[in-house]
Amino acid sequence: MNLVIVGLNHKTSPIEIREKLSFPSGTIGEPLKKLVHGYGLAEGVILSTCNRVEVLAITGELEKGTQQIKRFLSDFHSIPLEILDEHLYVHQGEAAVKHLFRVAAGLDSMVLGEPQILGQVKDSYGYAVEHNTAGIIVNKLYHKAFQVSKRVRTETKIGESAVSISFAAVELARKIFGELSGKTAMLVGAGEMAELAARHLQTNGVREIMVANRTYEKAVELVKCFSGTAIMFREFPHYLKNVDIVIASTASPNFIIKPDQIHEVMKERRHKPMFFIDISVPRNVDPLVNNIDNCYVYDVDDLQGVVVANLQERHKEAEEAETIIVEEIDKFYRWIKSLDVVPTIIALRQECDAIRKAELARAMPSLQNLGPKEVKVIEAMTSAIVNKILHHPVTHLKREANKIEGDLYIDTIRKLFDLTVDEEAARKAAQSSDD
Amino acid sequence: MSETFFHITAAVYFLATIVYSTYLFIRRDNLLKAAQWVIITGFAFHTATIALRWIAAGRTPATSFHESLNFFAWITVALFLFLLVKYKQRVLGAFVAPFALLLVITASFLPAEIVPLSPALESYWLPVHVILAFLGNAFFAMAFFLGVMYVIQDKYLKSRKLKGLYFILPSLETLDELNYKCLQYGFPLLTAAIITGAIWSEYATGSYWQWKHRQVWSLITWFLYAALLHGRLTAGWRGRKAAILSGVAFLCLISSFIIINIILGGAHGLSN
Repeated sequence: MNLVIVGLNHKTSPIEIREKLSFPSGTIGEPLKKLVHGYGLAEGVILSTCNRVEVLAITGELEKGTQQIKRFLSDFHSIPLEILDEHLYVHQGEAAVKHLFRVAAGLDSMVLGEPQILGQVKDSYGYAVEHNTAGIIVNKLYHKAFQVSKRVRTETKIGESAVSISFAAVELARKIFGELSGKTAMLVGAGEMAELAARHLQTNGVREIMVANRTYEKAVELVKCFSGTAIMFREFPHYLKNVDIVIASTASPNFIIKPDQIHEVMKERRHKPMFFIDISVPRNVDPLVNNIDNCYVYDVDDLQGVVVANLQERHKEAEEAETIIVEEIDKFYRWIKSLDVVPTIIALRQECDAIRKAELARAMPSLQNLGPKEVKVIEAMTSAIVNKILHHPVTHLKREANKIEGDLYIDTIRKLFDLTVDEEAARKAAQSSDD
Repeated sequence: MSETFFHITAAVYFLATIVYSTYLFIRRDNLLKAAQWVIITGFAFHTATIALRWIAAGRTPATSFHESLNFFAWITVALFLFLLVKYKQRVLGAFVAPFALLLVITASFLPAEIVPLSPALESYWLPVHVILAFLGNAFFAMAFFLGVMYVIQDKYLKSRKLKGLYFILPSLETLDELNYKCLQYGFPLLTAAIITGAIWSEYATGSYWQWKHRQVWSLITWFLYAALLHGRLTAGWRGRKAAILSGVAFLCLISSFIIINIILGGAHGLSN
């Protein structure tokens, strides 16, 4: 069996093409059925997100299958293939397995390592199962892809560093305070960005959030959203001594938080660290505050710099993830092999041996005057016949199972001999090769 | 036999130092895990070294300068492994490994023969005193490493340019808390070591306190750490300032340890 992926993503095509090619999830059954029944493909999955559209299919012949998928995309969306073709990429065989694993692990995403894509890949597989376009190979492949993605996430730190400004602020706070539970934050000015950062802080355990805004009513309104305390704007300096994280976002043209003032505050709070997140332009927190011991001031540019640094660190983690993927592809092939070939061979032998024994049991009563020696000879002879007949099929099965086409042989043997493979044994074989 | 193990220990600590240093540059988790196994192996050989020497000498192997350095290195690594299990501060190993290596290498250049202790000093107070003293020192060494980590992490956060070690070092608050905790354990141990030392001195020479170099220096160290703890407790010293002071105090402790051993030879010159 051959695996092909044809698709396009944010790197190979502009949004104008991607939006034309997208498949809405609500009506995805129709294209899935068309793909498999109308274009002669054995199994098919369609992944459609805002950054990529990909069709994965199992086909008898690689080149023909690839052309069929391209034709399907062009026909279904009524876009001439000449226009479409330059944006499409094609992955076949092992390269396709690798591509699927990389996509599921977020290594092919615009934001490296982002976690949403795994959910989208899971959904796409779910639709294929629902509409009966996923068969034995797709099932195996996708379950492996989910495992690989999980392994990448637990063994590398690819998903760890924050790549948006408000997340970066939360992460910095963690690097300063460790656990955020029990910490207090204050919003000075109630802008949208400040609100977002505050929400992130709260989901990460910050206990109390105070809001000071020039329009007191707006502060009161905002406080309702995340159960904090509204305070009068002119009074906010008095509360600073109890605050660990300050998020400033007022429209004030001057600094509203100054070094002298913070010097006093730090004495009162016995030099416990303070973190100032200044997302206002022009800035609200005098940068000199950063020079005070245990005070850390980050403005928008600094946070942007943190995001860039985090992304670089992610690229390093991605290298590690790539080696995991190569390892897993190797495992995947061994896995397929052990899953199918061993139980199939066992089932084949058992089936034939059962026939031999049944026939022998039927014939024996009509053969009289046989001594124990003769019985033995007959037993040995019938066993030899069965073994000799099975010798070539079994050798071929073992050899072919190493290749991805191996599934075709296994499938055929199972159908020809009407074998039911012991599910339990198959699962055990899969698990042991997986560890 | 003890000597062979000693050389193997040094070699394994060297390897651990290399793996840890590579980890600091590349920051791959596998390397950190590998480094941990290496240092654990080194510790096993080190323990064998100490045990064999203990048997050969028939007393705690911490009287000559060579023995003291070796014993100090061993107890520091032991404490690190304990903290590793308890607080999961894995990066700490990158400081402990080169430190242990430095102590062991220095020890290897010093005369290693077993010097008989004068009968007057043979006492049960010897193991009690040296274990208390070196365990205290090991806690102060940890406080020092944590302080160094704090200063580095603080520098990254202040500069607002995040790179390198920033990604693997723990949070400032964690480092500060652990630094404080190590002082809180180290200080009573040092105090107890001074008291047991005085009792041992009384037992051996008939006098509790003779204002010898060792005693004077340990008193100075004791006052430094007392001041640091006092400042943390009452004046709100913390963070960078406290980290730097714990470094200064530790350097004082180490130099007094070296100076005294060089001037007076082993056992603080009490035998003379």
